[in-house]
Amino acid sequence: MAQTMTNVNNYMYKSWWKIASIVLLVYTFIAGFLGPVPHLPLLQETIRNLYFHVCMWFAMMILFTVSVVNSVRYLRTFNLKYDIYARHFAVIAIVFGLLGYITGAIWASYTWADPNKPAANSFSTIARDPKLIGAAIALLVYFAYLILRDSIQDMDKKARIGAVYNIFAYAILFPSIWILPRILPSLHPGNDGENPALDVKNDIDGSMRTVFYPAVIGWTLLGVWITTLKIRISLLKEKKMSA
Amino acid sequence: MKLIRKLTLLFPALILSLLCLAQDKPVEMADTMRGNGRIYVVVAVVLTILTGLILYVARLDRKISRLEKDSN
Repeated sequence: MAQTMTNVNNYMYKSWWKIASIVLLVYTFIAGFLGPVPHLPLLQETIRNLYFHVCMWFAMMILFTVSVVNSVRYLRTFNLKYDIYARHFAVIAIVFGLLGYITGAIWASYTWADPNKPAANSFSTIARDPKLIGAAIALLVYFAYLILRDSIQDMDKKARIGAVYNIFAYAILFPSIWILPRILPSLHPGNDGENPALDVKNDIDGSMRTVFYPAVIGWTLLGVWITTLKIRISLLKEKKMSA
Repeated sequence: MKLIRKLTLLFPALILSLLCLAQDKPVEMADTMRGNGRIYVVVAVVLTILTGLILYVARLDRKISRLEKDSN
């Protein structure tokens, strides 16, 4: 098993996509601050958060998808390396989710807060927003995945139960962050069936897309890079234990 | 005298209301920051942080590669 685990031709050991990630992120930070943005009331310059806050959620969703794919691969092959992949992709996805949540909270406290009310009152309306509650539920479900998987001692049982739970957790993502917040009234953009972040008519114009899509790819690749480092350490540990 | 004081108080109130009206139409952006070039300072700071973080991750990557070589 150890030989198949550290295959040098694996994409983890290639460097072109790591360089691509760096280039895209540097572009994001330069064009993100200097590029043209639509002049919208209330949002003003904070619309640039689209390149950072929204990208956190995009990266989280992509990494959770990779995680669940690896869980399914584990259940099909019972090769333990896929379980390790799934676990680490989920961890980094949670990190991105937390960053998205925190940045969203900062952004909301400047754009959703009612200036006529004391800050504490605004906080209670913001905290009650279905988008925030949905995201919190999704993240808590994934915390439970880590606790469940890491609390089982037996290697095969750990991997099997973890993989099955991961599929359930992924299924919970869709009602809690994609469906429910769109049905319920929310301050977050994306109600009444409109698009949360990519609404050309109201929110962003075409020039923002030229920064937004590279930003999504750059952030996601950075997440994948960090994940592969963690996977490689785990595989080394496995190798040492089995040797 | 009293009237003059009242009128002088009225003047800032009018100016303030004008300011409020002015806020309604053009959306305030950070144009001064862009105009005097200070936004480049922000970009420089953020890029420094980004390069620092990326150098750190790249160093980790190289260290792990060395560990992998040693274990083979």
